[in-house]
Amino acid sequence: MAIVEDRNIIAVDVQNAVKRYGSFTALKTISLSIKDNEFFTLLGPSGCGKTTLLRIIGGFEELSEGAISLFGDEIAKLPPNKRPINTVFQNYALFPHMTIEENVMFGVEMRGGSKAEARQRASEMLDLVQLTQFASRKPSQLSGGQQQRVALARALAPEPKVLLLDEPLSALDLKLRQAMRYELKEIQRKAGITFIFVTHDQEEALTMSDRIAVMSSGELQQLGTAREIYESPHNTFVADFIGETNLLEVSVDALSGGSATCHLGGGHELICDEVKGVGVGAKVHLSIRPERLTLSDTPMEGASLSGVVRDNIYIGTDIQTIVDLNEGPQMVIRTSNSDRGNKRIFEPRSPVFVNMEKGAARLLAD
Amino acid sequence: MAGGAASGGKAQTDTYKEARTLLLLPSWLVLGFFVLIPVFMMLIYSFLTKEFRGGVIWEFSLAAYDQFFFDRGLFGDDAPSIEWTYINIFWRSIWQAGAATIFALLIGFPTAYFIATRPPNSRQMWVFLVTIPYWVNLLIRTVSMKFLLRDQGPLNDFLMGIGIVDSPIHIINTDFAVQLGLFYSYLPFMVLPIYAAVERYNFSLSEAAADLYASKWQTLRRVLLPAVKPGVIAGCILVFVPSLGSFLAPDLLGGAKNFMIGSLIEEQFKGNAGNWPFGAAASMILLSLVLIVLMLSARQQNKGEGV
Amino acid sequence: MAQAGEDIKNYPGFMPITLFCLVVLYAPLLVVMIYSFNESKSITVWQGLSFKWYVDVFVGPESAKFKEAAINSFSIAIVAALAATAIATSAATGMLRGGSFRGRGFSFGLINLPLIVPEIVTAVATLIFFSAIDFERGYLTILVAHIAFCIPFAYMPIAARMQGIEDTYEQAAMDLYANKTQAFRLVLFPLMLPGIVSGFILAFIISLDDFIITNFVKGAGIETLPTAIFGAVKQGIKPNIMAISTMLLAVSIVMVTISYFVGKSGDKLKQPPGEK
Repeated sequence: MAIVEDRNIIAVDVQNAVKRYGSFTALKTISLSIKDNEFFTLLGPSGCGKTTLLRIIGGFEELSEGAISLFGDEIAKLPPNKRPINTVFQNYALFPHMTIEENVMFGVEMRGGSKAEARQRASEMLDLVQLTQFASRKPSQLSGGQQQRVALARALAPEPKVLLLDEPLSALDLKLRQAMRYELKEIQRKAGITFIFVTHDQEEALTMSDRIAVMSSGELQQLGTAREIYESPHNTFVADFIGETNLLEVSVDALSGGSATCHLGGGHELICDEVKGVGVGAKVHLSIRPERLTLSDTPMEGASLSGVVRDNIYIGTDIQTIVDLNEGPQMVIRTSNSDRGNKRIFEPRSPVFVNMEKGAARLLAD
Repeated sequence: MAGGAASGGKAQTDTYKEARTLLLLPSWLVLGFFVLIPVFMMLIYSFLTKEFRGGVIWEFSLAAYDQFFFDRGLFGDDAPSIEWTYINIFWRSIWQAGAATIFALLIGFPTAYFIATRPPNSRQMWVFLVTIPYWVNLLIRTVSMKFLLRDQGPLNDFLMGIGIVDSPIHIINTDFAVQLGLFYSYLPFMVLPIYAAVERYNFSLSEAAADLYASKWQTLRRVLLPAVKPGVIAGCILVFVPSLGSFLAPDLLGGAKNFMIGSLIEEQFKGNAGNWPFGAAASMILLSLVLIVLMLSARQQNKGEGV
Repeated sequence: MAQAGEDIKNYPGFMPITLFCLVVLYAPLLVVMIYSFNESKSITVWQGLSFKWYVDVFVGPESAKFKEAAINSFSIAIVAALAATAIATSAATGMLRGGSFRGRGFSFGLINLPLIVPEIVTAVATLIFFSAIDFERGYLTILVAHIAFCIPFAYMPIAARMQGIEDTYEQAAMDLYANKTQAFRLVLFPLMLPGIVSGFILAFIISLDDFIITNFVKGAGIETLPTAIFGAVKQGIKPNIMAISTMLLAVSIVMVTISYFVGKSGDKLKQPPGEK
């Protein structure tokens, strides 16, 4: 019971947050609740407002309108040094004139802890990130990955209630970045506090997060688990931004029993699940993930669209086939290389049928 | 750049904006009181009546400017004609400063270019070598120049020693000595901005020019020079402006015949000829001249940015 | 290939001109330094190595005059440089950490005013100012004038250093529960320190070296080293003047060298990584 209750405690509650810079509106009325103990990610392209939101939670920017509370206490007017929230900065901002240990001790001392307490806490934290042997070095003597872990230790040392991470992996190279994802997740589990993570890298978001908020041009596009966001995108932006997809323009011909019959030009028809807000006659987009499509030389049961292969592209794990539907749009189909014995590769210019299982296609409200 | 306008990391920020006025106040007070207000008072003084033996009488007068530009005869009652004495002194100053600037450019450009094309580690050392003399007392440098250039000085000894000349070349108390002194005083100011410009220059542009059949000198003239022009202009300004109002070089190296603005002004406040309003007026004219040069160059630089 | 690439950068004749430039810059100084060790009373003939003119500076007939001038010069330079550095540090913080405000351009212009106005004009203006308010010229007027024109020289290296310090350091400090004063004292100030030391040294040298403004505002009966040297040189260059000049020159070079190495020694400010 206790565990279930814990799950529902709200750590950070953002209500109708608006942020304007002169005539430019960076955040347009955003509301979201971040739970205690959650790995929460703000995901979106450059300039979508995710960093602004993070900086507002951290106290580095002031809200133009709206409210934020931390475990029920209103904090919007508090300066950063009065908020039990710490930040891992994008470029780490390790104090270059202090040793690693002094960096990690800083927050504990500023919060009123004694030198001895701070030293004790620093050694625990450096132990957690496995950098104990570097305690007396200066930041410039450490590699990027090590600096990143020091920044993490420094932010965790004063025992914040929430940790903010501003694209902390973006400065690392690919291999290190991938390794750090698991380490970060592991540290979050051990520390047992809420992490709010900002990134523009969807793979990072999908692999690490309990929940993801997808943002674009200052608005919240969708909030959900990785699976919800990938498999049931609410709109064109989310479908397009997360992963690869076939976005097709369709018109809805009929609705019956929770299914929608859609027309995509050239006489091709598809049946998919009905979606709220899409009525008969609506011209909307339809998203179908390439890996959920298969190819065959004869029509198969269910939706089966005829076309001609334009090209095959070999991309390691998969083969990507581009098909021109007859008198219709182009589609991309991914065929995994894992069990290639079962599958045929169709040469360019050969006629094919594009098949999909039920529920693969998803209508998008806008 | 995530977060666009919101992203932090700019070095110019508002962390201490509440304390801003307090932080700036001491500089405003000191510079306002002891530089800005004095310049305005100098302007006022230039319109006052002179008191003999220095100082002023608080009575409005255009006499200082009148004396500068017009000749009214010995007793002041002839029909006014243009007074050339002071205009000529200004003109000579412009000419001397201009010549010094050209010398400095001819030596400074190749030097700056050479330094900027050294390996990065040794560049700083070269720049340091060029700047050290600037930090040595200007007076001592000018005195040293005088010592070196004397008829019986080490330079003439050296030239006669190696047999280039039979008798000493007379340099001291010539225009050339003053130009040399000014050149020497401000040479580092020419080198530094050009160096900065060449260091930022993208040498693949030169390679592109060479690839398109330009010779090295064509590349220099058609590609490199236009690219580093702002640095060259800045260097010329930094040499020309202080040369214009300099006092030590003309005074110590030029002798009585080679008068420049600086000496003219100094004489009004030091010697027995003391005429404060006239000195203030001459200072105002010099200041205006400098501001005009700075404004023209600022406009030139702004135009350059558009290209 | 590498050689062909190098070749595009190198112009024949530029290296000799650079060496000539250095000779021109250093020859006069070297000549004076060498002749200050000349045994002979005549400045034209070399008669062998001797320290007698250095001894003369300290115990000779003019030693009292030089000593007083030196005390004036150094005490003014230290006080003026301290004051100018404090004012410039404060001003740089206001300019670079004070956000944008109306009058920022004016403030910047004011700080740099002593660099724009020709020195002789500043000298005249300051003289007129002190005369108009009927303030007796002497030690104090020199000091005040020096503080004012040293400000931009102290400001330049301090502001340059500060511009390189990203504000995320202060934000990180405040994120870690430091208040603004602590963020300044514990983070910003230590990071600025190399710039502040450079600024102090440059202001010190500028004050120590100033002749023109000092000459105008000093009044009768007080001398600094440059005005004393100028007065003496008017009677002809004597060997003891060369000795004193050599010592002053050495002070400047040592100070500027220290400033150079202090500037280089500061903790490396991390460049923002990645796409920023």
